[in-house]
Amino acid sequence: MRKTKAQIIDEAGFERTITRLAHEILERNKGAENIVIVGIRTRGEFIARRIASVIERVEGCTLSIGSLDITLYRDDLLGKLEQPQLKGTDILFDLNGRDVILIDDVLFTGRTIRAALDELIDLGRPRTIQLAVLVDRGHRQLPIRADYVGKNVPTMAAESIRVHMREVDGEDAVLLMHPEIPE
Amino acid sequence: MPLQSRHLLGLDGVKREDIQLILDTAVSFREVLDRPIKKVPPLQGKTIANLFFENSTRTRLSFELAERRLSADVLGFAATGSSVTKGETLKDTARNIEAMKVDMVVMRHSAAGAPHYLSRVIEANVVNAGDGAHEHPTQALLDMYTIREKLGRLEGLHVCIVGDISHSRVARSNIYGLLTMGARVSVCGPATMIPREIEKLGVGVFHHIDDVLPHVDVLNVLRIQLERDAGRLFPTIREYHNFYGITRQRLEKAGRNITIMHPGPINRDVEISAEVADSEDSVILQQVLNGVAVRMAVLYLLSTKN
Repeated sequence: MRKTKAQIIDEAGFERTITRLAHEILERNKGAENIVIVGIRTRGEFIARRIASVIERVEGCTLSIGSLDITLYRDDLLGKLEQPQLKGTDILFDLNGRDVILIDDVLFTGRTIRAALDELIDLGRPRTIQLAVLVDRGHRQLPIRADYVGKNVPTMAAESIRVHMREVDGEDAVLLMHPEIPE
Repeated sequence: MPLQSRHLLGLDGVKREDIQLILDTAVSFREVLDRPIKKVPPLQGKTIANLFFENSTRTRLSFELAERRLSADVLGFAATGSSVTKGETLKDTARNIEAMKVDMVVMRHSAAGAPHYLSRVIEANVVNAGDGAHEHPTQALLDMYTIREKLGRLEGLHVCIVGDISHSRVARSNIYGLLTMGARVSVCGPATMIPREIEKLGVGVFHHIDDVLPHVDVLNVLRIQLERDAGRLFPTIREYHNFYGITRQRLEKAGRNITIMHPGPINRDVEISAEVADSEDSVILQQVLNGVAVRMAVLYLLSTKN
């Protein structure tokens, strides 16, 4: 059991953060013309859809949106973790020459992003890959950084960040959780 | 939920959740096969030995491709020209291969139960690629995957297996798997090709193909062993074709859309007419492609289970 230490982002803040990220992406890329959106399953996918819908509204365009299951590219797959369920990668468009906005909920060690980059590059040769995350909690184990950050949250390694989203959890919120207390 | 066993020896006794897991996992691998780079890294550093003590082309190629697409290292072994012809026992052959630090063994053998025996004497995961007339679990899994892909479900469908049921490991594995998944299964062929008491497995038995056709959703047409069986299990090839060959006329008379499957290789115009084999309702080539994805799923699930 983990107990909540603090709420980092509330319902209204969540919406504003998504909106700001969408605008930053548009600003940096000077529009949405060459952009495609790829979310990392599971919550990254939902954040990707939210950001995409803001961009679509602002620009009056339709974006290609895909989702990435990085399980097969994990570096701890043959370790002792529980066998993860494959949810499948679903990218039905060409990545060649596009600017890929890769989206995840929490940036932590960087290992998930390493896996995602390897998988994306097996799928094609994007012009750029830019990383957007809702929360950057530090403690990187690989030389990876995000291009767009919703909120930087200093944490202890043993703490955890929990992202709740309406689509699966019934509410939008980001919570900082205390280290796990053994029962 | 991981698989219950660390080997895949057959589908007899395999739980519904396990079959479901394999079929669901295969969907992800099927997607990989459509990518420009059809390779993923989960089995990097694993070594898989393919021990084929009996001739096989497509199953062997399919396994080999599945292994390479998972980034495993692959060892090939064919009985002809190997130590087997010099009198080495199965146990010694397997132990020698295992001494080379192999993680997984895929085996085809003419003796029923050979992979079961192997799984007791070596540490590596064992996958049965066909043992005698006993089981061929990955073929049945790819057949089920293909049915599910085409018709959206397995539960409640009627699948009829036509041909030499007695000598068919494909039939046996399909019967076990399909019944577990809630499908209805029947078999059809001359009495010489239907094992006695097969009804006890819970399958319907038909000797006239035209009796069963109006009721089936899927036909799984088995290959006739021309050289071996003509004049023994049936009088002539022509007669077999007349009584059991799947032709357009027969299917039209049945008056419904029937999905046509065949594990290959096909004898055109013997067990199935060329026209039917190449028709819209035939999923024979999808079976071949899906076979790679299903085998990837099996190898992946077995090797990542701890």
